[in-house]
Amino acid sequence: MEAELKNLLSDLHALEDSLRDPTHHSLIDKMRSRVERLSVMENSRVVQRVKIKDMSAEVVDSNPYSRLMALQRMGIVDNYERIREFSVAIVGIGGVGSVAAEMLTRCGIGRLLLYDYDKVELANMNRLFFRPEQAGMTKTDAAVQTLSDINPDVVLESYTLNITTVQGFETFMSSLNNKSFRPDKEGSGVDLVLSCVDNYEARMVVNQACNELSQTWMESGVSENAVSGHIQLLVPGETACFACAPPLVVASGVDERTLKREGVCAASLPTTMGVVAGLLVQNTLKYLLKFGNVTPYLGYNALKDFFPTMEMKPNPQCSNAACLEKQKEYALAKPARDAAARAKMEVEISLEPECLHEDNDWNISVVDDSDVQVSSTSSGALPEGLVFELPSADEFQKPSVSEETTNTVDDLEDLRRQLEALNAD
Amino acid sequence: MEGWDRTTKSTLTQIPLLSVKAGPRDGSAWTQRLKEEYKALIAYTSMNKSNDNDWFRISATNPEGTHWAGKCWYVHNLLKYEFDLQFDIPVTYPATAPELELPQLDGKTQKMYRGGKICLTVHFKPLWAKNCPRFGIAHALCLGLAPWLAAEIPILVDSGMIKHKDDAASSIESS
Ligand SMILES: [Zn+2]
Repeated sequence: MEAELKNLLSDLHALEDSLRDPTHHSLIDKMRSRVERLSVMENSRVVQRVKIKDMSAEVVDSNPYSRLMALQRMGIVDNYERIREFSVAIVGIGGVGSVAAEMLTRCGIGRLLLYDYDKVELANMNRLFFRPEQAGMTKTDAAVQTLSDINPDVVLESYTLNITTVQGFETFMSSLNNKSFRPDKEGSGVDLVLSCVDNYEARMVVNQACNELSQTWMESGVSENAVSGHIQLLVPGETACFACAPPLVVASGVDERTLKREGVCAASLPTTMGVVAGLLVQNTLKYLLKFGNVTPYLGYNALKDFFPTMEMKPNPQCSNAACLEKQKEYALAKPARDAAARAKMEVEISLEPECLHEDNDWNISVVDDSDVQVSSTSSGALPEGLVFELPSADEFQKPSVSEETTNTVDDLEDLRRQLEALNAD
Repeated sequence: MEGWDRTTKSTLTQIPLLSVKAGPRDGSAWTQRLKEEYKALIAYTSMNKSNDNDWFRISATNPEGTHWAGKCWYVHNLLKYEFDLQFDIPVTYPATAPELELPQLDGKTQKMYRGGKICLTVHFKPLWAKNCPRFGIAHALCLGLAPWLAAEIPILVDSGMIKHKDDAASSIESS
Protein backbone atom coordinates (compact mmCIF):
# COMPACT_ATOMS: atom_id res chain seq x y z
CA MET A 1 0.00 0.00 0.00
CA GLU A 2 2.74 2.41 1.03
CA ALA A 3 4.81 1.58 -2.07
CA GLU A 4 1.74 1.98 -4.31
CA LEU A 5 1.09 5.45 -2.91
CA LYS A 6 4.73 6.43 -3.46
CA ASN A 7 4.53 5.28 -7.09
CA LEU A 8 1.36 7.27 -7.56
CA LEU A 9 3.15 10.39 -6.29
CA SER A 10 6.04 9.97 -8.73
CA ASP A 11 3.54 9.36 -11.58
CA LEU A 12 1.85 12.62 -10.69
CA HIS A 13 5.20 14.34 -10.72
CA ALA A 14 6.01 12.96 -14.17
CA LEU A 15 2.57 13.98 -15.43
CA GLU A 16 3.07 17.52 -14.13
CA ASP A 17 6.41 17.79 -15.92
CA SER A 18 5.02 16.56 -19.22
CA LEU A 19 2.05 18.92 -19.17
CA ARG A 20 2.66 22.16 -20.97
CA ASP A 21 -0.65 23.69 -20.00
CA PRO A 22 -0.21 25.15 -16.46
CA THR A 23 -3.98 25.33 -15.91
CA HIS A 24 -3.94 21.63 -14.98
CA HIS A 25 -1.29 22.11 -12.30
CA SER A 26 -3.69 23.08 -9.56
CA LEU A 27 -5.64 19.89 -10.11
CA ILE A 28 -2.44 17.85 -9.91
CA ASP A 29 -1.52 19.64 -6.67
CA LYS A 30 -4.89 18.71 -5.25
CA MET A 31 -4.35 15.08 -6.23
CA ARG A 32 -0.91 15.13 -4.68
CA SER A 33 -2.21 16.35 -1.32
CA ARG A 34 -4.90 13.68 -1.38
CA VAL A 35 -2.28 10.98 -1.90
CA GLU A 36 -0.20 12.42 0.93
CA ARG A 37 -3.19 12.36 3.24
CA LEU A 38 -3.86 8.74 2.30
CA SER A 39 -0.30 7.73 3.12
CA VAL A 40 -0.54 9.42 6.53
CA MET A 41 -3.75 7.50 7.23
CA GLU A 42 -2.14 4.29 6.09
CA ASN A 43 0.88 4.81 8.33
CA SER A 44 -1.21 5.43 11.42
CA ARG A 45 -3.21 2.27 10.69
CA VAL A 46 -0.36 -0.22 10.64
CA VAL A 47 1.59 0.98 13.66
CA GLN A 48 2.47 -2.13 15.57
CA ARG A 49 4.67 -2.07 18.60
CA VAL A 50 8.03 -3.78 18.41
CA LYS A 51 8.92 -6.74 20.56
CA ILE A 52 10.31 -5.98 23.99
CA LYS A 53 13.24 -8.01 25.22
CA ASP A 54 13.03 -7.43 28.97
CA MET A 55 10.05 -6.37 31.01
CA SER A 56 10.75 -2.99 32.55
CA ALA A 57 9.16 -1.48 35.64
CA GLU A 58 9.77 2.03 34.36
CA VAL A 59 6.56 4.06 34.46
CA VAL A 60 6.42 5.72 31.06
CA ASP A 61 3.45 5.79 28.75
CA SER A 62 5.27 3.65 26.19
CA ASN A 63 5.90 0.72 28.54
CA PRO A 64 3.07 -1.86 28.31
CA TYR A 65 4.33 -3.71 31.38
CA SER A 66 4.78 -0.90 33.91
CA ARG A 67 1.49 -1.49 35.74
CA LEU A 68 2.09 -5.23 35.86
CA MET A 69 5.63 -4.87 37.16
CA ALA A 70 4.19 -2.58 39.84
CA LEU A 71 2.66 -5.71 41.39
CA GLN A 72 6.19 -6.67 42.29
CA ARG A 73 7.00 -3.25 43.80
CA MET A 74 3.86 -3.46 45.90
CA GLY A 75 4.84 -6.87 47.20
CA ILE A 76 1.90 -8.78 45.70
CA VAL A 77 4.08 -10.85 43.41
CA ASP A 78 7.70 -11.86 44.05
CA ASN A 79 8.89 -12.04 40.49
CA TYR A 80 6.41 -10.90 37.86
CA GLU A 81 8.80 -11.30 34.96
CA ARG A 82 8.73 -15.08 35.41
CA ILE A 83 5.42 -14.94 33.53
CA ARG A 84 7.46 -14.94 30.30
CA GLU A 85 8.70 -18.46 31.04
CA PHE A 86 5.22 -19.96 31.25
CA SER A 87 3.25 -21.79 28.59
CA VAL A 88 -0.52 -22.06 28.91
CA ALA A 89 -2.70 -24.21 26.67
CA ILE A 90 -6.27 -22.97 26.15
CA VAL A 91 -8.71 -25.56 24.83
CA GLY A 92 -11.80 -23.96 23.33
CA ILE A 93 -11.49 -20.38 22.02
CA GLY A 94 -15.11 -19.41 22.58
CA GLY A 95 -16.73 -16.90 24.90
CA VAL A 96 -14.52 -17.84 27.86
CA GLY A 97 -11.34 -19.10 26.17
CA SER A 98 -10.85 -16.13 23.85
CA VAL A 99 -11.21 -13.65 26.73
CA ALA A 100 -8.86 -15.72 28.89
CA ALA A 101 -6.36 -15.70 26.00
CA GLU A 102 -6.60 -11.91 25.70
CA MET A 103 -6.08 -11.45 29.45
CA LEU A 104 -3.01 -13.68 29.48
CA THR A 105 -1.67 -11.96 26.37
CA ARG A 106 -2.02 -8.55 27.98
CA CYS A 107 -0.29 -9.92 31.09
CA GLY A 108 2.68 -10.88 28.92
CA ILE A 109 2.44 -14.66 29.23
CA GLY A 110 5.35 -16.46 27.53
CA ARG A 111 3.46 -18.77 25.23
CA LEU A 112 -0.14 -19.63 24.45
CA LEU A 113 -1.32 -22.78 22.71
CA LEU A 114 -4.83 -22.33 21.27
CA TYR A 115 -7.13 -25.22 20.32
CA ASP A 116 -10.48 -25.00 18.53
CA TYR A 117 -12.07 -26.44 15.40
CA ASP A 118 -14.82 -23.87 15.01
CA LYS A 119 -15.18 -20.76 12.87
CA VAL A 120 -16.12 -17.26 13.99
CA GLU A 121 -19.78 -16.49 13.23
CA LEU A 122 -21.93 -13.40 13.54
CA ALA A 123 -23.93 -15.38 16.09
CA ASN A 124 -20.87 -15.10 18.38
CA MET A 125 -21.00 -11.30 18.47
CA ASN A 126 -22.94 -11.18 21.74
CA ARG A 127 -19.69 -12.32 23.32
CA LEU A 128 -16.40 -10.51 23.77
CA PHE A 129 -13.18 -10.59 21.74
CA PHE A 130 -14.04 -11.54 18.15
CA ARG A 131 -14.99 -8.80 15.66
CA PRO A 132 -17.64 -8.98 12.93
CA GLU A 133 -15.06 -8.71 10.14
CA GLN A 134 -13.49 -11.94 11.43
CA ALA A 135 -16.63 -13.95 10.63
CA GLY A 136 -15.69 -16.98 8.56
CA MET A 137 -12.12 -17.21 9.89
CA THR A 138 -11.20 -20.12 12.16
CA LYS A 139 -11.35 -19.02 15.79
CA THR A 140 -7.70 -19.95 16.22
CA ASP A 141 -6.54 -17.83 13.25
CA ALA A 142 -8.72 -14.89 14.24
CA ALA A 143 -7.40 -15.09 17.81
CA VAL A 144 -3.78 -15.15 16.64
CA GLN A 145 -4.48 -12.11 14.44
CA THR A 146 -5.84 -10.05 17.34
CA LEU A 147 -3.51 -11.33 20.05
CA SER A 148 -0.29 -10.81 18.08
CA ASP A 149 -1.38 -7.21 17.45
CA ILE A 150 -2.05 -6.63 21.14
CA ASN A 151 1.22 -8.14 22.33
CA PRO A 152 3.83 -9.38 19.84
CA ASP A 153 6.00 -10.70 22.70
CA VAL A 154 3.70 -13.67 23.27
CA VAL A 155 4.56 -16.84 21.36
CA LEU A 156 1.29 -18.05 19.85
CA GLU A 157 0.59 -21.54 18.53
CA SER A 158 -2.75 -22.35 17.00
CA TYR A 159 -4.24 -25.79 16.50
CA THR A 160 -7.39 -26.02 14.41
CA LEU A 161 -8.61 -29.48 15.40
CA ASN A 162 -11.20 -31.43 17.34
CA ILE A 163 -9.51 -32.98 20.36
CA THR A 164 -12.24 -35.60 20.86
CA THR A 165 -11.35 -37.51 17.68
CA VAL A 166 -8.58 -40.10 17.77
CA GLN A 167 -6.38 -38.09 15.40
CA GLY A 168 -7.07 -34.75 17.07
CA PHE A 169 -6.24 -36.24 20.44
CA GLU A 170 -2.85 -37.47 19.24
CA THR A 171 -1.91 -34.01 17.97
CA PHE A 172 -3.23 -32.49 21.21
CA MET A 173 -1.04 -34.79 23.31
CA SER A 174 2.11 -34.30 21.24
CA SER A 175 1.69 -30.51 21.22
CA LEU A 176 1.39 -30.48 25.02
CA ASN A 177 4.52 -32.61 25.25
CA ASN A 178 6.62 -30.45 22.94
CA LYS A 179 9.33 -28.78 25.03
CA SER A 180 11.09 -26.65 22.43
CA PHE A 181 9.97 -23.42 24.18
CA ARG A 182 11.73 -24.35 27.45
CA PRO A 183 13.75 -27.55 27.04
CA ASP A 184 14.80 -27.68 30.72
CA LYS A 185 11.19 -27.72 31.99
CA GLU A 186 10.15 -30.79 33.98
CA GLY A 187 7.07 -32.75 33.00
CA SER A 188 5.16 -31.74 29.88
CA GLY A 189 5.87 -28.74 27.70
CA VAL A 190 3.15 -26.57 29.27
CA ASP A 191 2.66 -25.19 32.78
CA LEU A 192 -1.10 -25.24 32.79
CA VAL A 193 -4.00 -26.35 30.62
CA LEU A 194 -7.18 -24.28 30.69
CA SER A 195 -10.33 -26.04 29.58
CA CYS A 196 -12.74 -23.49 28.14
CA VAL A 197 -14.91 -25.89 26.17
CA ASP A 198 -18.68 -25.89 26.28
CA ASN A 199 -19.48 -29.58 26.58
CA TYR A 200 -18.98 -32.58 28.83
CA GLU A 201 -17.45 -34.74 26.09
CA ALA A 202 -14.56 -32.36 25.42
CA ARG A 203 -13.95 -31.84 29.16
CA MET A 204 -13.61 -35.59 29.58
CA VAL A 205 -11.03 -35.58 26.79
CA VAL A 206 -8.98 -32.79 28.44
CA ASN A 207 -9.24 -34.81 31.67
CA GLN A 208 -7.94 -37.90 29.88
CA ALA A 209 -4.96 -36.08 28.40
CA CYS A 210 -4.05 -34.34 31.67
CA ASN A 211 -4.35 -37.53 33.71
CA GLU A 212 -2.05 -39.34 31.30
CA LEU A 213 0.47 -36.47 31.31
CA SER A 214 0.16 -35.76 35.06
CA GLN A 215 -0.66 -32.22 33.96
CA THR A 216 -2.29 -29.72 36.30
CA TRP A 217 -5.27 -28.06 34.64
CA MET A 218 -8.21 -25.80 35.31
CA GLU A 219 -11.72 -26.42 34.18
CA SER A 220 -14.21 -23.65 33.49
CA GLY A 221 -17.81 -23.61 32.48
CA VAL A 222 -20.87 -21.47 31.99
CA SER A 223 -24.31 -23.05 32.29
CA GLU A 224 -26.49 -23.36 29.19
CA ASN A 225 -28.91 -20.84 30.71
CA ALA A 226 -26.04 -18.33 31.01
CA VAL A 227 -26.70 -17.42 34.64
CA SER A 228 -24.13 -19.52 36.45
CA GLY A 229 -20.59 -20.73 35.99
CA HIS A 230 -17.61 -22.22 37.77
CA ILE A 231 -13.87 -22.79 37.73
CA GLN A 232 -12.09 -25.82 39.15
CA LEU A 233 -8.44 -26.76 39.75
CA LEU A 234 -7.49 -30.34 38.90
CA VAL A 235 -4.16 -31.84 39.95
CA PRO A 236 -3.96 -35.48 38.82
CA GLY A 237 -3.67 -37.82 41.80
CA GLU A 238 -4.07 -35.01 44.33
CA THR A 239 -7.54 -33.64 43.67
CA ALA A 240 -10.59 -35.29 42.18
CA CYS A 241 -10.27 -35.67 38.42
CA PHE A 242 -13.16 -34.74 36.14
CA ALA A 243 -14.28 -38.38 35.98
CA CYS A 244 -13.96 -39.04 39.76
CA ALA A 245 -17.47 -37.75 40.37
CA PRO A 246 -20.27 -36.58 38.14
CA PRO A 247 -19.64 -32.97 37.04
CA LEU A 248 -20.61 -30.31 39.58
CA VAL A 249 -22.69 -27.36 38.54
CA VAL A 250 -23.95 -24.34 40.39
CA ALA A 251 -27.67 -24.59 41.00
CA SER A 252 -29.39 -21.67 39.36
CA GLY A 253 -31.42 -21.10 42.51
CA VAL A 254 -34.68 -20.82 40.60
CA ASP A 255 -37.17 -23.60 40.20
CA GLU A 256 -35.77 -25.73 37.37
CA ARG A 257 -39.27 -26.42 36.10
CA THR A 258 -39.78 -22.75 35.32
CA LEU A 259 -36.71 -22.74 33.06
CA LYS A 260 -37.89 -23.00 29.49
CA ARG A 261 -35.56 -25.26 27.55
CA GLU A 262 -37.72 -25.87 24.52
CA GLY A 263 -36.62 -24.49 21.20
CA VAL A 264 -33.03 -23.58 22.01
CA CYS A 265 -29.80 -25.34 22.90
CA ALA A 266 -27.99 -22.69 24.85
CA ALA A 267 -28.14 -19.04 25.85
CA SER A 268 -25.05 -16.93 26.47
CA LEU A 269 -24.16 -13.59 28.02
CA PRO A 270 -20.89 -11.66 27.62
CA THR A 271 -21.13 -10.74 31.31
CA THR A 272 -21.22 -14.26 32.76
CA MET A 273 -18.55 -15.43 30.32
CA GLY A 274 -16.37 -12.43 31.13
CA VAL A 275 -16.75 -13.04 34.89
CA VAL A 276 -15.83 -16.71 34.53
CA ALA A 277 -12.86 -15.89 32.25
CA GLY A 278 -11.72 -13.34 34.84
CA LEU A 279 -11.98 -15.84 37.70
CA LEU A 280 -10.16 -18.43 35.63
CA VAL A 281 -7.24 -16.20 34.67
CA GLN A 282 -7.03 -14.77 38.20
CA ASN A 283 -6.61 -18.31 39.51
CA THR A 284 -4.11 -19.00 36.72
CA LEU A 285 -1.96 -15.99 37.65
CA LYS A 286 -2.06 -16.94 41.34
CA TYR A 287 -1.06 -20.49 40.47
CA LEU A 288 1.76 -19.54 38.10
CA LEU A 289 3.17 -16.54 39.98
CA LYS A 290 2.56 -18.06 43.42
CA PHE A 291 0.55 -15.42 45.23
CA GLY A 292 -2.66 -15.63 47.26
CA ASN A 293 -4.71 -18.80 47.55
CA VAL A 294 -5.36 -20.85 44.45
CA THR A 295 -9.01 -21.86 44.64
CA PRO A 296 -9.84 -25.56 44.23
CA TYR A 297 -13.41 -24.78 43.10
CA LEU A 298 -15.30 -21.54 42.78
CA GLY A 299 -18.88 -21.34 41.61
CA TYR A 300 -20.78 -18.26 40.45
CA ASN A 301 -24.52 -17.95 40.71
CA ALA A 302 -25.40 -14.78 38.80
CA LEU A 303 -29.04 -14.68 39.91
CA LYS A 304 -28.20 -14.66 43.61
CA ASP A 305 -24.63 -13.30 43.54
CA PHE A 306 -23.54 -16.39 45.38
CA PHE A 307 -20.02 -17.89 45.10
CA PRO A 308 -19.87 -21.41 46.56
CA THR A 309 -16.47 -23.05 47.07
CA MET A 310 -15.44 -26.59 47.90
CA GLU A 311 -12.66 -29.14 47.69
CA MET A 312 -12.87 -32.62 46.23
CA LYS A 313 -10.55 -35.53 46.97
CA PRO A 314 -9.90 -38.14 44.30
CA ASN A 315 -12.22 -41.11 44.14
CA PRO A 316 -10.35 -44.41 44.77
CA GLN A 317 -12.97 -46.08 42.58
CA CYS A 318 -12.61 -43.61 39.72
CA SER A 319 -13.49 -45.14 36.34
CA ASN A 320 -10.45 -43.51 34.73
CA ALA A 321 -7.41 -45.83 34.83
CA ALA A 322 -4.87 -42.99 34.43
CA CYS A 323 -6.44 -41.22 37.43
CA LEU A 324 -6.00 -44.31 39.63
CA GLU A 325 -2.38 -44.55 38.54
CA LYS A 326 -1.74 -40.91 39.52
CA GLN A 327 -3.50 -41.43 42.85
CA LYS A 328 -1.09 -44.27 43.57
CA GLU A 329 1.93 -42.15 42.61
CA TYR A 330 0.67 -39.30 44.80
CA ALA A 331 0.27 -41.63 47.80
CA LEU A 332 3.78 -43.03 47.27
CA ALA A 333 5.28 -39.53 47.27
CA LYS A 334 3.67 -38.64 50.62
CA PRO A 335 6.79 -39.01 52.87
CA ALA A 336 8.84 -36.72 50.61
CA ARG A 337 5.98 -34.21 50.48
CA ASP A 338 5.60 -34.18 54.27
CA ALA A 339 9.32 -33.62 54.77
CA ALA A 340 9.30 -30.70 52.32
CA ALA A 341 6.26 -29.17 54.04
CA ARG A 342 7.92 -29.47 57.46
CA ALA A 343 11.11 -27.83 56.21
CA LYS A 344 9.10 -24.99 54.64
CA MET A 345 7.11 -24.44 57.83
CA GLU A 346 10.26 -24.22 59.94
CA VAL A 347 11.65 -21.53 57.67
CA GLU A 348 8.38 -19.61 57.81
CA ILE A 349 8.15 -19.78 61.62
CA SER A 350 11.67 -18.40 62.03
CA LEU A 351 10.82 -15.54 59.67
CA GLU A 352 7.42 -14.71 61.15
CA PRO A 353 7.19 -11.48 63.14
CA GLU A 354 6.06 -11.75 66.77
CA CYS A 355 2.40 -10.98 66.27
CA LEU A 356 0.58 -9.48 63.37
CA HIS A 357 -2.58 -8.44 65.21
CA GLU A 358 -1.29 -7.02 68.48
CA ASP A 359 -4.38 -5.05 69.29
CA ASN A 360 -7.63 -5.42 67.51
CA ASP A 361 -9.13 -1.95 67.74
CA TRP A 362 -11.66 -2.62 65.05
CA ASN A 363 -13.10 -5.65 66.71
CA ILE A 364 -12.59 -7.72 63.61
CA SER A 365 -12.70 -11.44 64.01
CA VAL A 366 -9.37 -12.95 63.10
CA VAL A 367 -10.55 -16.54 63.22
CA ASP A 368 -9.10 -18.44 60.31
CA ASP A 369 -12.10 -19.01 58.09
CA SER A 370 -10.59 -22.17 56.69
CA ASP A 371 -12.06 -23.83 59.77
CA VAL A 372 -15.57 -23.33 58.54
CA GLN A 373 -14.91 -24.17 54.94
CA VAL A 374 -16.89 -27.11 53.73
CA SER A 375 -14.70 -29.88 52.53
CA SER A 376 -16.24 -32.82 50.83
CA THR A 377 -15.09 -36.08 49.35
CA SER A 378 -16.49 -37.21 46.06
CA SER A 379 -19.04 -39.38 47.81
CA GLY A 380 -19.97 -36.94 50.54
CA ALA A 381 -22.71 -34.35 50.70
CA LEU A 382 -22.30 -31.24 48.57
CA PRO A 383 -22.16 -27.72 49.93
CA GLU A 384 -25.20 -25.54 49.48
CA GLY A 385 -25.71 -24.25 45.98
CA LEU A 386 -23.92 -27.05 44.14
CA VAL A 387 -25.48 -30.03 42.43
CA PHE A 388 -24.25 -32.93 40.33
CA GLU A 389 -25.04 -32.50 36.66
CA LEU A 390 -25.08 -36.21 35.82
CA PRO A 391 -25.66 -39.42 37.78
CA SER A 392 -22.85 -41.91 38.43
CA ALA A 393 -22.72 -45.08 36.37
CA ASP A 394 -24.76 -47.85 37.96
CA GLU A 395 -22.85 -50.73 39.47
CA PHE A 396 -23.06 -53.63 37.13
CA GLN A 397 -21.65 -57.14 36.92
CA LYS A 398 -19.68 -58.14 33.90
CA PRO A 399 -21.29 -61.14 32.27
CA SER A 400 -19.27 -64.25 32.92
CA VAL A 401 -16.96 -65.53 30.20
CA SER A 402 -19.09 -68.60 29.50
CA GLU A 403 -22.02 -66.37 28.62
CA GLU A 404 -19.79 -64.47 26.22
CA THR A 405 -18.71 -67.58 24.31
CA THR A 406 -22.27 -68.72 23.66
CA ASN A 407 -22.54 -66.03 21.00
CA THR A 408 -22.76 -67.67 17.64
CA VAL A 409 -20.70 -65.19 15.65
CA ASP A 410 -17.58 -63.59 17.05
CA ASP A 411 -15.64 -62.44 14.05
CA LEU A 412 -15.50 -58.72 13.39
CA GLU A 413 -15.49 -59.08 9.60
CA ASP A 414 -18.50 -61.41 9.76
CA LEU A 415 -20.39 -58.95 11.90
CA ARG A 416 -19.53 -56.09 9.57
CA ARG A 417 -20.79 -58.09 6.59
CA GLN A 418 -24.00 -58.94 8.44
CA LEU A 419 -24.72 -55.27 9.11
CA GLU A 420 -23.90 -54.38 5.50
CA ALA A 421 -26.32 -57.07 4.31
CA LEU A 422 -29.04 -55.53 6.46
CA ASN A 423 -28.09 -52.08 5.19
CA ALA A 424 -28.27 -53.21 1.58
CA ASP A 425 -32.04 -53.51 1.39
CA MET B 1 -36.64 -43.67 32.56
CA GLU B 2 -38.56 -40.50 32.93
CA GLY B 3 -38.99 -38.35 29.85
CA TRP B 4 -39.31 -40.99 27.16
CA ASP B 5 -42.37 -42.23 25.36
CA ARG B 6 -43.54 -45.81 25.63
CA THR B 7 -42.30 -46.91 22.18
CA THR B 8 -38.78 -45.62 22.77
CA LYS B 9 -38.70 -47.36 26.13
CA SER B 10 -39.87 -50.72 24.84
CA THR B 11 -37.54 -50.54 21.80
CA LEU B 12 -34.60 -49.65 24.01
CA THR B 13 -35.08 -52.63 26.27
CA GLN B 14 -34.87 -54.96 23.26
CA ILE B 15 -31.46 -53.71 22.05
CA PRO B 16 -28.71 -55.99 23.40
CA LEU B 17 -26.59 -54.37 26.10
CA LEU B 18 -22.80 -54.12 25.80
CA SER B 19 -20.26 -55.07 28.44
CA VAL B 20 -16.74 -54.16 27.32
CA LYS B 21 -15.70 -50.74 28.62
CA ALA B 22 -13.20 -49.74 25.95
CA GLY B 23 -12.60 -46.83 23.61
CA PRO B 24 -10.75 -46.47 20.31
CA ARG B 25 -7.36 -46.11 22.05
CA ASP B 26 -7.70 -49.39 23.94
CA GLY B 27 -6.33 -51.80 21.34
CA SER B 28 -7.77 -55.31 21.42
CA ALA B 29 -10.37 -54.36 24.03
CA TRP B 30 -11.75 -51.88 21.49
CA THR B 31 -12.01 -54.69 18.92
CA GLN B 32 -14.09 -56.63 21.45
CA ARG B 33 -16.25 -53.56 22.05
CA LEU B 34 -16.63 -53.07 18.30
CA LYS B 35 -17.99 -56.60 17.97
CA GLU B 36 -20.58 -55.83 20.61
CA GLU B 37 -21.46 -52.60 18.79
CA TYR B 38 -22.08 -54.55 15.59
CA LYS B 39 -24.20 -57.14 17.37
CA ALA B 40 -26.36 -54.43 18.93
CA LEU B 41 -26.70 -52.57 15.62
CA ILE B 42 -27.58 -55.77 13.76
CA ALA B 43 -30.23 -56.63 16.34
CA TYR B 44 -31.64 -53.09 16.34
CA THR B 45 -31.75 -52.82 12.53
CA SER B 46 -33.41 -56.24 12.19
CA MET B 47 -35.92 -55.33 14.87
CA ASN B 48 -36.77 -52.06 13.10
CA LYS B 49 -37.25 -53.87 9.82
CA SER B 50 -39.53 -56.51 11.26
CA ASN B 51 -41.57 -53.80 13.05
CA ASP B 52 -41.84 -51.86 9.80
CA ASN B 53 -39.97 -49.02 11.42
CA ASP B 54 -36.73 -49.04 9.45
CA TRP B 55 -35.25 -45.54 9.81
CA PHE B 56 -31.45 -45.48 9.45
CA ARG B 57 -28.41 -46.99 7.76
CA ILE B 58 -25.02 -46.71 9.41
CA SER B 59 -21.59 -48.23 8.78
CA ALA B 60 -18.06 -47.64 9.92
CA THR B 61 -16.09 -45.82 7.21
CA ASN B 62 -12.65 -46.83 8.47
CA PRO B 63 -11.22 -50.19 9.57
CA GLU B 64 -10.66 -48.89 13.13
CA GLY B 65 -14.38 -48.28 13.47
CA THR B 66 -13.91 -44.73 14.77
CA HIS B 67 -15.82 -42.84 12.07
CA TRP B 68 -19.34 -43.78 11.06
CA ALA B 69 -21.54 -42.50 8.27
CA GLY B 70 -24.89 -43.30 6.76
CA LYS B 71 -28.41 -41.97 6.44
CA CYS B 72 -31.48 -41.53 8.55
CA TRP B 73 -34.99 -40.63 7.53
CA TYR B 74 -38.29 -39.56 8.97
CA VAL B 75 -41.77 -39.78 7.53
CA HIS B 76 -43.99 -36.75 8.05
CA ASN B 77 -47.40 -36.36 6.38
CA LEU B 78 -46.66 -39.46 4.31
CA LEU B 79 -43.51 -37.90 2.87
CA LYS B 80 -40.05 -39.27 3.57
CA TYR B 81 -37.30 -36.82 4.55
CA GLU B 82 -33.80 -38.25 4.38
CA PHE B 83 -30.56 -36.86 5.82
CA ASP B 84 -26.87 -37.74 5.93
CA LEU B 85 -25.78 -38.94 9.34
CA GLN B 86 -22.22 -39.10 10.66
CA PHE B 87 -20.27 -39.18 13.89
CA ASP B 88 -16.89 -39.96 15.41
CA ILE B 89 -16.26 -42.27 18.33
CA PRO B 90 -14.68 -39.95 20.91
CA VAL B 91 -11.42 -40.97 22.61
CA THR B 92 -13.26 -41.08 25.95
CA TYR B 93 -15.99 -43.43 24.63
CA PRO B 94 -18.04 -45.03 26.16
CA ALA B 95 -17.82 -42.66 29.14
CA THR B 96 -19.06 -40.01 26.72
CA ALA B 97 -21.57 -40.64 23.96
CA PRO B 98 -20.80 -40.02 20.27
CA GLU B 99 -22.01 -36.61 19.07
CA LEU B 100 -24.43 -37.34 16.25
CA GLU B 101 -24.23 -35.00 13.28
CA LEU B 102 -26.74 -34.18 10.54
CA PRO B 103 -24.56 -31.81 8.46
CA GLN B 104 -27.33 -30.94 5.98
CA LEU B 105 -29.38 -29.38 8.78
CA ASP B 106 -26.53 -27.26 10.17
CA GLY B 107 -27.79 -23.74 10.74
CA LYS B 108 -31.44 -24.63 10.10
CA THR B 109 -32.51 -25.25 13.67
CA GLN B 110 -31.72 -23.90 17.10
CA LYS B 111 -31.67 -27.46 18.44
CA MET B 112 -28.25 -28.01 17.03
CA TYR B 113 -24.68 -27.15 17.90
CA ARG B 114 -22.04 -26.02 15.37
CA GLY B 115 -21.26 -28.47 12.63
CA GLY B 116 -24.73 -30.01 12.70
CA LYS B 117 -24.39 -31.83 16.00
CA ILE B 118 -27.83 -32.49 17.36
CA CYS B 119 -28.76 -31.04 20.72
CA LEU B 120 -29.88 -33.91 22.91
CA THR B 121 -32.60 -33.67 25.52
CA VAL B 122 -31.85 -33.10 29.18
CA HIS B 123 -32.77 -36.75 29.68
CA PHE B 124 -30.19 -38.28 27.34
CA LYS B 125 -26.86 -37.56 29.00
CA PRO B 126 -27.92 -38.64 32.50
CA LEU B 127 -29.25 -41.95 31.17
CA TRP B 128 -26.11 -42.52 29.10
CA ALA B 129 -23.87 -41.76 32.11
CA LYS B 130 -25.90 -44.07 34.33
CA ASN B 131 -25.67 -46.94 31.86
CA CYS B 132 -21.98 -46.70 30.93
CA PRO B 133 -20.66 -49.02 29.43
CA ARG B 134 -23.86 -50.91 28.60
CA PHE B 135 -25.15 -48.44 26.01
CA GLY B 136 -23.59 -48.29 22.57
CA ILE B 137 -24.14 -46.70 19.16
CA ALA B 138 -27.52 -48.42 18.70
CA HIS B 139 -28.73 -47.01 22.02
CA ALA B 140 -27.48 -43.54 21.10
CA LEU B 141 -29.47 -43.68 17.86
CA CYS B 142 -32.59 -44.98 19.62
CA LEU B 143 -32.47 -42.55 22.55
CA GLY B 144 -30.80 -39.58 20.90
CA LEU B 145 -31.51 -39.38 17.20
CA ALA B 146 -34.96 -40.97 16.93
CA PRO B 147 -36.66 -38.62 19.43
CA TRP B 148 -34.79 -35.65 17.93
CA LEU B 149 -36.07 -36.39 14.43
CA ALA B 150 -39.59 -36.94 15.75
CA ALA B 151 -39.54 -33.58 17.52
CA GLU B 152 -37.66 -31.43 15.01
CA ILE B 153 -38.51 -32.65 11.50
CA PRO B 154 -42.24 -31.77 11.70
CA ILE B 155 -41.31 -28.28 12.90
CA LEU B 156 -38.68 -27.84 10.18
CA VAL B 157 -41.10 -29.03 7.49
CA ASP B 158 -44.05 -26.98 8.71
CA SER B 159 -41.96 -23.84 8.99
CA GLY B 160 -40.60 -24.36 5.46
CA MET B 161 -36.98 -24.68 6.60
CA ILE B 162 -36.74 -28.02 4.82
CA LYS B 163 -38.58 -29.14 1.72
CA HIS B 164 -39.35 -32.59 0.43
CA LYS B 165 -37.02 -33.46 -2.45
CA ASP B 166 -39.88 -33.76 -5.02
CA ASP B 167 -41.29 -30.51 -3.73
CA ALA B 168 -37.96 -28.77 -3.90
CA ALA B 169 -37.49 -29.90 -7.50
CA SER B 170 -40.93 -28.67 -8.58
CA SER B 171 -40.48 -25.33 -6.87
CA ILE B 172 -37.23 -24.83 -8.77
CA GLU B 173 -39.00 -25.67 -12.06
CA SER B 174 -41.84 -23.30 -11.40
CA SER B 175 -39.65 -20.38 -10.44
ZN1 LIG C 1 -10.53 -39.69 38.78
